[in-house]
Amino acid sequence: MTDQAYNFAYLDEQTKRMIRRAILKGIAVPGYQVPFASREMPMPYGWGTGGVQVTAACLVPEDWLKVIDQGADDTTNAVSIRRFFQRTAGVAVTEATAEATIIQTRHRIPETPLTEGQILVYQVPIPEPLRFLEPRETETRKMHELEEYGLMHVKLYEDIARHGQIATSYAYPVKVEGRYVMDPSPIPKFDNPKLSDNPAIQLFGAGREQRIYALPPWTEAVSLDFDDHPFETSKAPHNCDLCGAKDSYLDEVITDDQGGRMFVCSDTDFCGGRRAAGHAGRLGGDQKSSKTFANSFEGIWPGAEVAR
Amino acid sequence: MTLHTSITATPLLRVEGLTKRYGPRIGCADVSFDLYPGEVLGIVGESGSGKSTLLSCLAGHQRADLGRIAYDGREVLAMSETERRRLGRTDWAFVHQNPRDGLRMGVSAGGNVGERLMAVGARHYGDIRGKAVDWLGRVEIAADRVDDRPSAFSGGMQQRLQIARNLVTGPRLVFMDEPTGGLDVSVQARLLDLLRGLVRDLGLSVIIVTHDLAVVRLLAHRLMVMKSGRVVEQGLTDQVLDDPQHAYTQLLVSSVLQV
Amino acid sequence: MIRIENLSKSFTLHNQGGAVIPVMGGASLTVNSGECVGLTGQSGAGKSTLMRMVYGNYLTAGGRLMVGDTDVATAEPRQIIALRRHTLGYVSQFLRVVPRVPTLDVVAAPLLALGPPADQARDRAAQLLQRLNIPDRLWTLSPTTFSGGEQQRVNIARGFAHAYPALLLDEPTASLDAANREVVLTLIEEAKARGAAILGIFHDEGARARVCDRLVDVTGFTPKAAA
Repeated sequence: MTDQAYNFAYLDEQTKRMIRRAILKGIAVPGYQVPFASREMPMPYGWGTGGVQVTAACLVPEDWLKVIDQGADDTTNAVSIRRFFQRTAGVAVTEATAEATIIQTRHRIPETPLTEGQILVYQVPIPEPLRFLEPRETETRKMHELEEYGLMHVKLYEDIARHGQIATSYAYPVKVEGRYVMDPSPIPKFDNPKLSDNPAIQLFGAGREQRIYALPPWTEAVSLDFDDHPFETSKAPHNCDLCGAKDSYLDEVITDDQGGRMFVCSDTDFCGGRRAAGHAGRLGGDQKSSKTFANSFEGIWPGAEVAR
Repeated sequence: MTLHTSITATPLLRVEGLTKRYGPRIGCADVSFDLYPGEVLGIVGESGSGKSTLLSCLAGHQRADLGRIAYDGREVLAMSETERRRLGRTDWAFVHQNPRDGLRMGVSAGGNVGERLMAVGARHYGDIRGKAVDWLGRVEIAADRVDDRPSAFSGGMQQRLQIARNLVTGPRLVFMDEPTGGLDVSVQARLLDLLRGLVRDLGLSVIIVTHDLAVVRLLAHRLMVMKSGRVVEQGLTDQVLDDPQHAYTQLLVSSVLQV
Repeated sequence: MIRIENLSKSFTLHNQGGAVIPVMGGASLTVNSGECVGLTGQSGAGKSTLMRMVYGNYLTAGGRLMVGDTDVATAEPRQIIALRRHTLGYVSQFLRVVPRVPTLDVVAAPLLALGPPADQARDRAAQLLQRLNIPDRLWTLSPTTFSGGEQQRVNIARGFAHAYPALLLDEPTASLDAANREVVLTLIEEAKARGAAILGIFHDEGARARVCDRLVDVTGFTPKAAA
């Protein structure tokens, strides 16, 4: 049921065209940050305004939309963005990864492999992978232009020098098709291998920074590393306490103030699907969703309770 | 300091009629000179004489309006920016007066030295670190400081670190802007000795801008004196200092306090 | 080895009303290999000026100034640098070094610049310092803290470290005691014996008589207008 006061998917058609042009350019030059005229959205920066604009520009009435935040469909940010598009576009929504045509995500790539025809839209806080070491935007643009990426390795060098290993565990930079170095948004590096050669279209939107970039289907994205310190994924060394999955990315949930904790799949759809199929972990099936507990564990994001 | 081969026929750097204007004012005008492998050229003059403008035009930090710069037979001003910047992190080096301008203060000493290596494609952590430690040693910084940030270093150490960071890729041409400027006299002496040794052992060509005549006497083979953007006199360093021909040079030399 | 023809020199003092002071004219002399020529003349007659011109430290106003195959009067700076490195040595009265550099390295520097193995250069430097009676406990210290006589001997050691084919000596025996004076004179005799052409200023008449083959009075080179 579309709210008639708004154009389909909130943005006016001219704005969508402008964003689509940026998306097309991004797809044509994989990994390159395309500037676009980011609009004010009815939500604060940091809540996915970039992703929302990209999603709005891509949506058609036939789409099935899924929105996840840290892998979960039922956390505040995901719920509010999903409602936003239900209200302004009237599209069908789903929590099933396989069923969705567009998935807007914050900080995860779903466990269920994506397929051709799907679009994965990432919310990006800081699109510039070089900013950590070179704050001047004029200079970082020049560095991208001239492929001067030594600095990225300085960051990894510092990691190893300080921690004995590459300690960067999220927003781990990748080199796209041997050309542009790209920040994959703050996904855990566990998800990095899924960026590469993915059959889905992957779009990245940074609202505050006014940048869009993309990985077309089947694009190579190589995680940067050293010959003697190769890239390695990492996850908590546990199985999911709910569904028993061995190889999904886990969140740690503190359950009391006595040191009690549990590890659960960060991807709620994946976890729920496994439990429905009869898999069970250490704590069986009595907990319905883990994510309502888990949401407050990352300091970057406003806590779930402040949202309405 | 040595020209390893006694006299080389071709200059490493040839500069002809280099001119840079800031609107109606002259930054530097009609500067010409040759620099041969292993030579150290000092550029002196008071503040505003155009010596820093000249250096930044030579190093490609500013674009000259007129003139030619040929490096190793290649026209520098006709190069693409990619080529020029590549030159800037391989064959050339630039040592700033303030080490903060030439170092990444938030990155460890090892990372600072390793950056140029990584910029030219080094991808083996152990090798990069090994080279960094080796170069710290060559500029007299203890190996156990390799993981410290430059902010924990003294001014003299920072300047030596900047030099190591610049020389690690084996450049052939080094630009120095008042490298001993902000340092105590005793620290200066140590740095001068170090620079002399490195220039001699690596056969570096150096262009050093300074207002300190004592520094050029000890470091530079040749001297160029600048005033109001123009070169008023050039020659052998000790000849220019001991038998200056131009009125300005005579004034400059006679103004120095004798120690 | 050193051939000077009709050499002239004047100083223009721009900051004193542009006064032009001619200090030398028509200077001519030759120094052959294996020969030592002493410059004589009153203080201020231009002995040191002539020496500095030969070393390229002062520019010449006219004439020819051949050292080996190089005309110092017209040579490019880098030719003079090469000349000084390989051919022409100079022992001045003053020691000018980078502070804090050990004496041994100061003396070895001219050799190191020529590129032989560093330990050979230091061996040679050590020999010379030993002959000139600089105690080896001082070798690792900078000569800037030494006494005048010690500095002079370090300077001499440095000047004799490399076997230059031509050598300029400015008062090499001044402020030396008898024993060290003897060492320096022996060094000069050895240099002559190996074929070095030496041009020197010796106020010490005994030394002059012993090592100089000929004397040239520079008073004859003073321009008439200089009165």
